[in-house]
Amino acid sequence: MTAPLFLVFGLLLILSALMTILHRNPITSALFLVLSFCSLAGIYLLLRAEFLAMVQIIVYAGAIMVLFLFVIMYLNLKHDVETGVQIAVRRGVGWLLAITVGALVVALFQRQWAPGPVVGLTDATGNTEAIGKLLYSRYLFPFELTSIILLAAMIGVIVIGKGRQGGTIE
Amino acid sequence: MLEIWNDPTFQIGFWAVVKAGLILFIMLTLVSYLIYAERKICGHIQARTGPNRVGPLGLLQPAADVLKLFFKEEFIPAEANKVIFHLAPVLAVVPAIVVFAVIPWGPPPFLVADVNVGLLVFLAMSSIGVYAITLAGWSSNNKYALLGGLRSSAQMISYELAMGLSTIGVLLLAGSLSLVSIVEAQQKVWFVVFQPVAFVIFLITALAETNRAPFDLPEAEGELVAGFHTEYSSMKWALFFLGEYMNMLAICSIAVTLFLGGWLGPGPSYLGPLWFLAKLMVLIFVFIWIRWTYPRLRYDQLMNLGWKVLLPVSLANIVLTSIVIWWRTNG
Repeated sequence: MTAPLFLVFGLLLILSALMTILHRNPITSALFLVLSFCSLAGIYLLLRAEFLAMVQIIVYAGAIMVLFLFVIMYLNLKHDVETGVQIAVRRGVGWLLAITVGALVVALFQRQWAPGPVVGLTDATGNTEAIGKLLYSRYLFPFELTSIILLAAMIGVIVIGKGRQGGTIE
Repeated sequence: MLEIWNDPTFQIGFWAVVKAGLILFIMLTLVSYLIYAERKICGHIQARTGPNRVGPLGLLQPAADVLKLFFKEEFIPAEANKVIFHLAPVLAVVPAIVVFAVIPWGPPPFLVADVNVGLLVFLAMSSIGVYAITLAGWSSNNKYALLGGLRSSAQMISYELAMGLSTIGVLLLAGSLSLVSIVEAQQKVWFVVFQPVAFVIFLITALAETNRAPFDLPEAEGELVAGFHTEYSSMKWALFFLGEYMNMLAICSIAVTLFLGGWLGPGPSYLGPLWFLAKLMVLIFVFIWIRWTYPRLRYDQLMNLGWKVLLPVSLANIVLTSIVIWWRTNG
């Protein structure tokens, strides 16, 4: 049962990712990105990472993409209006990035770094507890570092938001 | 042909489908009579009788309403984004239905699936539910609808945080994300006793998440015509309506499971679903009661309540609960 489901989610993921970058309407692109996040969550489920799958939907598909959509709707972008130099620069950077990613993919496939099946974390109670324990023991430092970065981002947003209104920051 | 019946995977799948169908049937019936109840209760709150013409006591009113909706003209604005316009009502109903899959209606045979991240499934689906209203508002190409959609996404994102945080106190007490284990952890005392603050916050945010008065800003008839569903008619509008009531049932079921002991109650275990339904109905009545009692909040009041009251209080509740639990296990 796992193999056909993996094929379905995998194909859905690739197709929706392609549609995200190929579609001209920014709202539709954002929606396809949501679909690709959801199919990624499906693949996580097949790998028995239930917690990760649900957090993927809550954080990425739910919170972050809604904010994206919110901004796109506020700006009311119907079409890409920029022309000329900016497009050329973007194309150049895009090709550069695409070649880098392509080289990375080739390198990865040659070394066979594809992750194997998850072992040892698939007991009946699930792996939520295991993730929590790892986060607060082996990965404590990166975890705390991430929270500091997020805090810095939060403070930055508040400062920028206050500045835009023309008021002084006390 | 008969061997397939002995295959355990097939059996699990078969019974899941049967139960899902049964739950869907019960929920749809419940929703139509919920609307009847809402109109009747609202009528009595406003000192009138409510629907009383179709059938005895107006009991056939839901059937008449549904028939009327089926035969109404379906209108799509010329400038609307057709695909998204069609997609939005579907997105309003589906997440609510998915939540029913993990709700434990009773002790083990009376549930579809005991998922070990049951509570997260609920939170994930409620965060997906935001899309329905946002997209409906955007794709209608109508300024009232767009304003309603924008308001709703801001509102639901703000209140989702407080809702998620208010459930963490329960998680700390139960030590599990599985809804069945959470109910079983309440054998002695319901969690509402230990977590009264979290329960109140959950109810307030539940009202906001289901867009019901006093948090019905996405619709706000007085200022936005009908908000996000201004351009919707016929069965598409009915789907939004269905989604709202389905969401209400789902969110109240989660509240019953987390705080009011789920299926637990006196009597043999097969009475579990009845206890569950009874508690659910009490909560639903409270929802309807609140809707017809309080006036709508202003937009800035809504944001202040969400960010400056509910969020800090729920964070304080988590800290307090953690300290008490740590103290009781280590002190």
